[in-house]
Order: sequence, then structure tokens, then C-alpha cells
Amino acid sequence: MTTTIEKVIVAPEEPRQSVLRRPKETTGVWSWFTTVDHKKIAILYGATALIFFVIAGIEALLIRLQLAGPNGSVLTASQYNTLFTMHGTTMVFLVGMPLAVAFGNYLIPLQIGARDVAFPRLNMFGFWVFLFGGLFLYSGFFLGGAPNGGWFGYTPLTSAPMDAGFLPGRGPDFWTIGLIMLGVGSVTSGLNFVITIINMRAPGMTLMRMPVFVWMMLVVAFLTVFAIPCVTAALIMVFFDRNFSTNFFVAAQGGDPLLYQHLFWLFGHPEVYILILPGMGIVSEILPVFARKPLFGYSVIVFSGIAIGFLGWGVWAHHMFATGLGPVAVSAFSLATLLIAIPTGVKIFNWLGTVWGGSVRLKTPMLFALGFIAMFTLGGLSGVTHAIVPADTQQTDTYYVVAHFHYVLFGGLVFAIFGGFAYWWPKVFGKMLNEKMGKITFWFMLIGFNMTFFPMHFLGLQGQPRRTYTYASNMGWDKLNLLVTVGGFIIALSVAVFLVNVIVTTVKGEVAPEDPWDARTLEWSIPSPVPEYNFAKVPQVKARDDFWHRKYTEDDQGRLVLRPSDSADYKGAVEERVDGHDIHLPSPSYYPLVVTLGMPVLAYAAVFKEPLLVIPGVLLLLFGIYAWAIEPGTEEH
Amino acid sequence: MSETTLPDLAHALESEISIHGHADTNTGATNAKLGMWVFLSSECLFFGGFIAAYLLYKGRIVSGPTPHDVYNIPFTSVTSFILLMSSLTMVLALASIQRGDHRRFRIWLFATALFGTVFIGGQIYEFTEFYREGLSLSENVFGSSFFVLTGLHGAHVTAGIIWLLTLWGMSMQNKLHVQNSERVEIAGLYWHFVDVVWIVIFTVVYLIPK
Repeated sequence: MTTTIEKVIVAPEEPRQSVLRRPKETTGVWSWFTTVDHKKIAILYGATALIFFVIAGIEALLIRLQLAGPNGSVLTASQYNTLFTMHGTTMVFLVGMPLAVAFGNYLIPLQIGARDVAFPRLNMFGFWVFLFGGLFLYSGFFLGGAPNGGWFGYTPLTSAPMDAGFLPGRGPDFWTIGLIMLGVGSVTSGLNFVITIINMRAPGMTLMRMPVFVWMMLVVAFLTVFAIPCVTAALIMVFFDRNFSTNFFVAAQGGDPLLYQHLFWLFGHPEVYILILPGMGIVSEILPVFARKPLFGYSVIVFSGIAIGFLGWGVWAHHMFATGLGPVAVSAFSLATLLIAIPTGVKIFNWLGTVWGGSVRLKTPMLFALGFIAMFTLGGLSGVTHAIVPADTQQTDTYYVVAHFHYVLFGGLVFAIFGGFAYWWPKVFGKMLNEKMGKITFWFMLIGFNMTFFPMHFLGLQGQPRRTYTYASNMGWDKLNLLVTVGGFIIALSVAVFLVNVIVTTVKGEVAPEDPWDARTLEWSIPSPVPEYNFAKVPQVKARDDFWHRKYTEDDQGRLVLRPSDSADYKGAVEERVDGHDIHLPSPSYYPLVVTLGMPVLAYAAVFKEPLLVIPGVLLLLFGIYAWAIEPGTEEH
Repeated sequence: MSETTLPDLAHALESEISIHGHADTNTGATNAKLGMWVFLSSECLFFGGFIAAYLLYKGRIVSGPTPHDVYNIPFTSVTSFILLMSSLTMVLALASIQRGDHRRFRIWLFATALFGTVFIGGQIYEFTEFYREGLSLSENVFGSSFFVLTGLHGAHVTAGIIWLLTLWGMSMQNKLHVQNSERVEIAGLYWHFVDVVWIVIFTVVYLIPK
């Protein structure tokens, strides 16, 4: 509910001089460097994350080439370590999270009827930190060592000083500092989403009228804000152990390497939900539209999402069952892990209930959403087996675990993301993605995905260890590994078809209508592509799925009928595009970029222990911060 | 790394007030103020990680000085008291600017920054003393967890002092008014938080024996 308080707290600021001339461009290449528009920032996030997706995919293919047959010689053991570390780190921090932020950035303001996010410049700052953090991580390849200690970076492997010879090179330093940096970006974007959702909803957009995607992003944003600092603390300890000879993880000095695992998984398990809940949100938007039914059990889905958000904090130690935590801790975490399957299962049944009895249209987004349900359920089931401690002890560090989390994260998140691409592409770019190529993408991905990851269950149960660069030929793993590798290349093919689809559509695609799917939520009530100002008039929300209720009503027998467009209460038409000149929007700014530029400088100073670099880094940061602080968010017209 | 990100986030929040400074938000609280609350809640887990490490390592000292050997509780009590009093002066500063009393505002704000500086001075003295008595970062797990935890807290206090002095400078140039006094309130939220964290650290780290 919006309470309109007449009193205005802030008087108009007197015109202030900024240090740099205020950028004005809202079109052209330069505007992408200074924009604070949540939609442009979303596209930047999405495009950058897709590039990292391709890079991490190539890393995965190299891993699969190495493992295609026994005694593989494509990669050395050390190259293999680097590749599986960078594949995991990239997919989690540079693909999964930023893609969710891309969708959140684009959709949250539109779905709640807002003109932008709460902190537009902080939003752009988050993107720059993500981009420079990613480039910094990858610069390790050229500057004396890419990260090679696993995406989890267990101590004391990563925390031993460089001259101890555990991990030669500067890999762990690039990894710890890079992740701390990326964490800063994630916390700012999480914070931004929290405030946007609780504070900037249009009149009538009560919490229980919010689209499920927005709800899930709210849970994700809270999880991000609380989970990232845990791993930041752990990473700082690793960095100090490695570079300043502290004893946090030195067992001989009474330090405890397991403390790292606790702190890491205290972040790491909520992180799993940070990755999957956006997917659940996307699917909850797609299913009702293509089943032409309201979401079954809206409030139950919402509360299940919140329950997952809370329970997600109580299950971290199931990643550590094999470390000998003792029977009490093991039982408690086993129980909590079993419990979290309940809200997840509830959601699955609600999605099935949504599709059940609907007039289902099997368009590309719907295929991906249905694929999500099936694949995620498989991943969820193998996840429950990890809660059973004896079974988990058998599965730990085998390919069974790799199979499990790829079913959840690829079968879950990636399927949802590709469904989301197909669904919202027309809204974002004003062009329809080609339906035929979309379906080819889906079927290749579904087949390739299952060929890649289903056999891994068997390989894991037969004992093939993860993170090991080769295997002997007498283990009985040869044929399945070959199958897995072929599957991996089929996934690559499906992604290639998607990219071709994007290029072809951009060049000569069919122009999209405003509401191509006959959808339900507010973003479809405005023109495609969305104008800079989003809504010409701030919408007044009267119902959940407000746009649907503007288009449809019920007749005497409770059947769905289109409101006649000449009737007085018809408000189902898409808003007209207006000039929008007099709509006050946040102004572009250089300073998010300036502040961010200071961070890699400091990061290199830390990695190379180069105190002289600290000075320009701090100066850039301070200059950017102060200039940002005195610059008004919105220029007077 | 982490302490350098702190003021930029805070200033970022602060400077967004000019766009969304109107109270017509869903909760009635401004975005900037809520943003600071969420940021501080994130900081709780950050400090929580280091406090947990300290507690875990308490009885595990293999060699070198133990807490019992180096702590000077009367001295640290005095500096802690001064830091706590700075929260009082912060409240008085905010109350002054909300009344439009700029003279008292500047006095109380400056006093807050001064008390913070005295605390930091005490911390530097304490660190030096401990080091002389043989406790270094690398000496034992106590040294590692103690110095990193209290050092990060000190970095937060230092960032706060810079922030307060910036506001003081703005006030001297007549750029702070009753209308944008929320800038002061948000800085105050941060300052009180840093004090509260110190109460926890002082109790858990210094006062709880063995």
C-alpha cells in the first residue's frame, strides 16, 4: 500500500557544480557507459553474463574432451585444475547470479509499476563491479596464475603461503580478491532489489499482489545480502593466511581448516537458492500464461519460497558430512536437509496444478518451463539422497554430486533462463525470437543435457572421482564418459542455435506486438520495446494479474470472456507511447564507473603486494565517491 | 578491500536521497534510510564471521601470549566508554540539526568525530603494546583472530570518522539544512552500528574469561 504523505522532506537542492560535466546522452555507444536506466543495465548484465556463459561452456567442453576416454592427454593435470576451477567460479559468480540480476533488473520495476530501481547509480556500480571483477579473475591467466583451487577454494590448499608449494602461482590470490570484489557488487544489487521491492510498488500493488518472480527475487536479494558477507569474511582470512602469515587455517598452530568450510557453505548453501529461486520465479510467470490459468496456489508458492529462504540457512553442513562432524550435528543437518524438500516439493505440485486442465500452448517458453519442472525434480530427488548420510558418504566427491547439482542448476536455472529469454525477448527488444529455432534449441538442450548429466549418476556410483584429470581404462567408465562428452557437445550446439536465432532475429526478425502471449502482468501493458520512462502514467493496481483482469472478465456462468473494447470498463489496451519529455528520470552519471575503476587497481595492489598502487586506487575511489555524493541523482530540467 | 567499499556504499545511499527523498514510499521510510538498515544487517554477518573465528580459537593457543597475558581491561574500558559516549554526542548532533541549531550541531558532530579518533588512538596504542609483548598477526591463532577482527572494526570506525568530518565540512559551507538532515541521520545509523559492534566485541573478546 502506498501512503501518500503530503509533506516533502527534501527541499529542492540548489544547483550544484559537479566535477565532471554531467553526461546527457541517452542513445549511442557512450550512453551505455553512463546510463542509470535499469533496462539498459539489465541488458548489459545479460550480454556480459552470456559471454561468460560461452567462455565457461568452452572450459567445460575442454574438460569433457580430456575425459572423453581413459588416460586423456588433451590437458595436463594443472591445466585441468585451472579449467574446473574457472568453470565453476564463472558459472556461479559470472553467469548464474548476473543472469538472475539481469532479469531482476529489467522486470522488477516493470512488474511492480515503478520508473526505476531505488538506487539507479548504485545499480550501474553493481554492473561495473561485476564486469571488472570478472575481467580481474580472468586476467590471472595472463598475470601469473589463474585460480586453480576449486570454486570452493578449500583451505589449507588455498591458504598456504605461495612458497609452501601447495598451489604454485598467484591463482588463489586472484580468486580470493576477485570474489571479494564480486561480492561487493552482489551485495549492492541485492540491497537495491530489497529496497525497490519493499518501497517502490505502484499504488495498489500490495505484497500479495506481486508477481511470483518479484517475490522470489525479494527472497534472493535478502539471501544475497546476508550470505555474501559470510564468504567475504572467510576469503579475507584466506588472504591473510596466505599473505600475512596469520594462522586461521594452520592446524599446527591450533587453526581449524574446517572453519573455512563452515563459513564457505554458510554462504554456499544459501547461494544455491540464490541461483535457483530466480528460475522458480521465471517459471511461475511462464506457466500461467501458456496454460491460460492463474497460478495454482499463489500464496502457497510465495510462502514456500520464503520457507526455502529461511531453511536454506540451516542445511549448510550437508556439504561436509564426510568431514566427521559428529553424530549430533550430522543428524540435525540431515533432518533439516530432508525438511527443505517439502517447500520445494510443494512448489512442484503447484506448478503441475497450474498446467493441469489448462489450455496449454507449447511455445518455446512453455517447453523450457516444463523442461525445468522435470529436470529440476530429478535434481531435487538426487538432492534428497544427499540428506541420507550413509548414502552421501558414498557419493561425496564422485560424479554423482556433479550430476545432482547440474540437474538443479542447469536443468533448473539454465532452462528457466532460456525460457525467460524466449518469453521476454519481444518485450525487451521488440522482436519475436524465431519459434522454430527456439524449439530446436530446447530439444537439443534437453537431449544433450540428459546425455551429459544422467550417465554421471552411474559413473559416480561406480566410484569415478570428481576433480581428477584422468582415469585408467580398466574401470568400466569408458563408454559412459564418451557418451557424456558427446552430450556436452550437443548442449553446445543448442546454445549455438540460440545465438544464431538472436542474430537472425535482430537482423530481420518479426516485429513483436506489445502483448504477444496474451500475458497477465504489468510489463505487458506498456509498449515494446519498453520506453525509457516505463509507464507514462503510474498504474493503479486493483488485482493480482492486474493486466489480465483489465482484458478479461467472467460471464454469468463464470466463463472467461474478453471485455468488449468499446465498453466503459475496458482498460485492457496497451499504453500509448508518449513523448515522455516531462517525465523526471534519474540522470546518467560517470561516477559509478570512476568508483569501480579504483577497485581493480586496489585488487592488483593486493595480489602483487605493490603498495604504490594503493595510492592511485584510493584516490580514484575517493574522487569517485565524493563526486558521486555531491552530484544530484536527477538534474533539473 | 572491504573497508574501502564501505564509504562508497554509504555515500551512494546518501546521495540518492535527492531523487527519492519524498516520503511517498510504500513504507513511509526513505529508500536511503532503509538501504542503510539493510546494509548494516549485512555487516552483522560480516563481523559475525570474525567473532565466530575468535571464539572458536579461544582455547587453542599453542604458543605465545594468551589474552590473559596482554589485555589491559581498565585501559580498554576507558576507550570503549569514550566510543559509547560518541553515540550520545551523535544523537545530540542529529537532534540539533533537526531543530535547525547549526552551531550546536557542528559542536556535537565534531565531538563525535573526536571521540572516535580518541578510540582509534587507543586502539593503535593497544596494538603497539600487544606487539611489544610478543603478540603479532602470525604469532598464534589468538593474534590472528584478534588483530583481524578488531582491525576491521577500527577500519569501520575510521571510515565513519571521515564520513562525519565530511558532513562537518558540508555544514561549515552551509550545505546541510533541516530538510536534508536525513544525511546526518543515516551517518548516525552507521555510527551507532559501529558502536554496537564494539559492545559485542568488548564483551565477547575482552570480558568473557577463557
